[in-house]
Amino acid sequence: MLFYFVPVVLTVLISFTNMDYSFRWNWIGVENYIKIVTDPWMPKILANTFFYVFATLTCFNVGLALVLSLITTHINEKVGAAIRAIWLLPRITPSTVYVLLWLWACRRESTSLFNWLLGFFGFKPINWRLEHPWLLVIFINGFIGVSFGMIIFTAALKSIGNDVIWAAKVDGASTWQLIRYVELPLIKWPLLFVLAYQTLSLFTSYEYILLATGGGPGLYTTEVWALYVYDLAFRQYGGIVYFGYGAALSAILVVIGVTMSVIYLKVFRFRELMIEPKIEVG
Amino acid sequence: MTSTYSRSRLWKIKKYLLSGIVYVFVIGVTIPVILLYALLFITSFSVDMEGIIPKGLTLNNWKVIITGEIEVPGAEYTYPNLYLVMGNTFLLAITVAAAEVFFASLAGYAISRFKFRGRSQLLGLILVLHAFPGVALLIAIFYILNVLGLYDTLLGVFIIKVALDLPLGIWIMKGFFDSVPWDLEMSALIDGCNRFQAWWKVLLPSVRNGLMAVLIFGFLSGWSEFIYILTFISSQRYWTLSMLVYAFTSGEYFYIRPGVTAAIAIMYMIPVIIFFLFAQKYLLRIQIAGKGVV
Repeated sequence: MLFYFVPVVLTVLISFTNMDYSFRWNWIGVENYIKIVTDPWMPKILANTFFYVFATLTCFNVGLALVLSLITTHINEKVGAAIRAIWLLPRITPSTVYVLLWLWACRRESTSLFNWLLGFFGFKPINWRLEHPWLLVIFINGFIGVSFGMIIFTAALKSIGNDVIWAAKVDGASTWQLIRYVELPLIKWPLLFVLAYQTLSLFTSYEYILLATGGGPGLYTTEVWALYVYDLAFRQYGGIVYFGYGAALSAILVVIGVTMSVIYLKVFRFRELMIEPKIEVG
Repeated sequence: MTSTYSRSRLWKIKKYLLSGIVYVFVIGVTIPVILLYALLFITSFSVDMEGIIPKGLTLNNWKVIITGEIEVPGAEYTYPNLYLVMGNTFLLAITVAAAEVFFASLAGYAISRFKFRGRSQLLGLILVLHAFPGVALLIAIFYILNVLGLYDTLLGVFIIKVALDLPLGIWIMKGFFDSVPWDLEMSALIDGCNRFQAWWKVLLPSVRNGLMAVLIFGFLSGWSEFIYILTFISSQRYWTLSMLVYAFTSGEYFYIRPGVTAAIAIMYMIPVIIFFLFAQKYLLRIQIAGKGVV
């Protein structure tokens, strides 16, 4: 626990200084927090962050995850399990290799995988990283994000009792009606949980964007909040690092993160999982 | 009569058509994933690629295994020996896994079996910590590592890694200890074991699956680590495979000798593939455990 509290306290302390590589504690009060409000890049970064979280969440982490788990539980069981297994691969592949694969597939030459495939339909080669950086970022993150929601939705769908399903079928429900009026209402809570949990993890994620576009092309095209913190502190443009300002942005991230987690704890009744041990011996 | 017949046939055709569309959709969205990995595999055996079709097969890309020397034509700087990098990666992964299993099994046991003040607060805290934005701590960790003189050492990365992974490990182990009936432990205690012996001889063997899950999670987590290496390691002699692959693909050397890069990336993926093929149930468990839904 020490490993969390010391850094958190340090982060807050550093955020009131203008520390750089010299590690000198120059106290400047709340200047860094004022800087956040007046930073000319802030509106862009905020807009980017919201767009990134919203698009990835709706299209992949919840959207495609839900569709895939509904389909794979309704088709042949073995095929369904195999498809779910394949979607697990991006999640466990080392991040650098995974992004490398995407960057190769999206090279600007006409021989790269996607341009080559599009060539059959008569499209001209596209420089994906330069022309459609957002598409690349969202797909890279989305293909990883699918597995989490998919596993949870599938588990929830499988735990629906057969009696409920049969009752609906006896009453003449079609597959679509079964999904719409029986299964979806029954997995409402897992759905909300994934939505909430993945909002937070996407909000604080930056590793794959760092690897894929580095926040570019150009200035801050695909820069999100967490990546901005990283860039300020660890990518020394012209040898200048901003530990103080970065720490201030981090501190806000911590506040948002902890607040959201506490809300989840309350809403999703995690307390039930924390039941006291039944018998107690020394 | 005829109308009923044709209607039921129409219904059947509609049903087949619908499930056909569903299958096409599922396969359509899944194929990109398969293609990406096929691309990696084929690239490592080919001279050049046209889409997914190799132009000339070769084993030259894999020659890097023999000496471990990585040569990049026209590069101004050298890369560290592949075996050194692999050794670093393995060392980090195995120590992280061992430390996490050790601490998580002790802490998980304590939280599952002992009643103490602030227990439920501690549990809530562990869950909150698990959702903690890692990037927010980087600056402070950088400062601490510098003060302790652990910047640019694998030991520093190891400590951070274990500390930040532990909440999830503890949570997984707690779940497994919870599912072991108390009677089992009780009978061990009655038979004359002390608390530690009961834990070591009776409980640990019955949570084998949990230990495996934490071990695999810790290993993969250490094996794949990238951000801490990028941020807290500056000398090439401490590079891990993630850093090597990153160096190949960033900056001006992007896509020189893709075949060699692919061969190294495949070697990097070996443990991942082994776990994927033979330990999928653990991977699934890791994915959802500790997120409060198991």
